[in-house]
Amino acid sequence: MSDSQKEWPLWEVFVRGKGGLSHRHVGSVHAVDAKMAIEHARDTYTRRMEGVSLWVLPSAQITASDPGEAAALFEPAEDKVYRHPTFYKIPDGITHI
Amino acid sequence: MDALATCALRLGDDSLILGQRLGEWCGHAPALEVDLSLANCALDLIGQATHFLGLAGELEGKGRDADALAFRRDVMDFTNCLLVEQKNGDFAQTIARQFLFSHFQELHLAALAASKHERFAAIAAKAVKEVTYHSKLASDWVIRLGDGTDESKTRMIAGLDWMWRFADEMFVMDEADAALGVDKAALKPAWDQRIDAVLAEATLERPSPRRAITGGRAGHHSEQLGHLLTEMQFLQRAYPGATW
Repeated sequence: MSDSQKEWPLWEVFVRGKGGLSHRHVGSVHAVDAKMAIEHARDTYTRRMEGVSLWVLPSAQITASDPGEAAALFEPAEDKVYRHPTFYKIPDGITHI
Repeated sequence: MDALATCALRLGDDSLILGQRLGEWCGHAPALEVDLSLANCALDLIGQATHFLGLAGELEGKGRDADALAFRRDVMDFTNCLLVEQKNGDFAQTIARQFLFSHFQELHLAALAASKHERFAAIAAKAVKEVTYHSKLASDWVIRLGDGTDESKTRMIAGLDWMWRFADEMFVMDEADAALGVDKAALKPAWDQRIDAVLAEATLERPSPRRAITGGRAGHHSEQLGHLLTEMQFLQRAYPGATW
């Protein structure tokens, strides 16, 4: 058996900190299946009361953007400051914005 | 010690010794994640021990706190059941021990949480949530190993085979237990049902009945407990009263 086969598959772990917040990526665990991944995620990432809900998904299922294309993908946005909604005057007394 | 103090001591000793045993896996488990799982369980158990031993010291009324009871008693004074002091062996043997004990402990603490003895009930109500996870974790591993490869199955059978003779002692009742008012013997049918359901899913046969080995509650322990205490108590023996 090769080393790569001996190693359990990798799972990405997402934790919801409290009700109403979205799940955030916190790291990864090794596990043979989803059930074990949830248990390992619970033991690894929520032992200090960090969460109320967990998601796991196989790392192999994530498609990442190509770092080589970063310039084409992201740099065109750099000089388009008008896409930020920062040109409005906010009236006094408006909160939560 | 009066009956209730004795009961608190037994509850504390069960958790303390099993917590120490599980802690021995730290840095040695089959995977980093499993290392954390076992260490988490160990810390839950040591936390329970702190509460129950603290209560035992108070009820005894001789000025001994949880640390004094944990670190400055000799092996004959420990009242844990023999199951929890059994050596870790391989991972399957550790899981077998956890499986048999956690299901008992969960049922026991759930009953104790409804006790009229409020101090006991409060500790039990908090601990039962921790132990519910322990019994789930252990059951999942019994199923994985039992219904896994030929080797994992062989090891799981051997682990259960070793631990089985120590299971009956958990359900033994005496006068002290009667004073606390939770009938441990009455928990056996529910325990049997849980154990059998998991074994069936794990495609494992229930180990054949055998003569139960008891004596832990009276301080008659195996040689292994002495070795465990030597390590656990070393610091307080070498540097009495040391704190950090």
